[in-house]
Amino acid sequence: MSTPKFDSVAVGDQPIRLEADPISRTTLALYAGASGDHNPMHIDIDYAKAAGQSDVFAHGMLSMAFLGRAVTDWVPQTAIRSFFTRFTAITRVGEKIIVTGKVAEKMQSGAENCVKIELSATNEKGEAKANGEAIVALA
Amino acid sequence: MIDKKHIGRTTAPQTFDVEKGRLKFFAKAIGEKNPIYSDEAAAQAAGYKTIPAPPTFGFCLEMESNSLWDNIAAMGVPVGKILHGSQSFKYHAPIYAGDKITFVTKVSDIVDKKGGKMEFITEDSTGTNQDGVLVCELQRVIVVLN
Repeated sequence: MSTPKFDSVAVGDQPIRLEADPISRTTLALYAGASGDHNPMHIDIDYAKAAGQSDVFAHGMLSMAFLGRAVTDWVPQTAIRSFFTRFTAITRVGEKIIVTGKVAEKMQSGAENCVKIELSATNEKGEAKANGEAIVALA
Repeated sequence: MIDKKHIGRTTAPQTFDVEKGRLKFFAKAIGEKNPIYSDEAAAQAAGYKTIPAPPTFGFCLEMESNSLWDNIAAMGVPVGKILHGSQSFKYHAPIYAGDKITFVTKVSDIVDKKGGKMEFITEDSTGTNQDGVLVCELQRVIVVLN
């Protein structure tokens, strides 16, 4: 991976795109175990139904992990200064998260050259699931 | 409606090990195939001390404190009524396999909207490593659907 240079990046560039594998029940079981978030809403259909949901649904933080993968596919993780995600809709079993990111702003932060990336996560139909931003420092 | 007296509720500091095996498991769970997140030699070849924790893993470490579940239980909020509204991270230094990270989490705000149909709990956490270095600041907003 070659790290992008501040001067080679322009506002409006869309350097980030990631298609995650579709969410399966196995995905949710593995994520629950690995993340330590054992909320039964994500892994126990009986619990989810008793709470008024039609089925289990994905952890928001799984989508944020996909956003994070998309960012670290573009820049080394040590370049990331901050990372924010707003979860806008529930992600269901079978949906596929697609992450895109574009350069929204170039700025100075202290002594560093930084770039603000606007991030978006949708399902395979383009329905919004999450959005956010990351500030990355580039040489 | 949640009693606003819970604003300011703060956990005692709790320290968690960043386990290499857990990081490998996490990489698998999120579909992360970059070998720096699962292979120590690959991480070192890329300039990292050892396997780094991915960007969202600090949230998982903090969750080990049980602060989220303890807080909503104290507030009388059932687990089945909450959603994760938003999450932010500020990164000050990397978290590596083998580190010990100490978290403190504080309920910084509780607000209600739509006449109490929705409530928002904001919790702020700090993570400090074994050398006393502040590595990350986290903020999560939990939405309660009443």
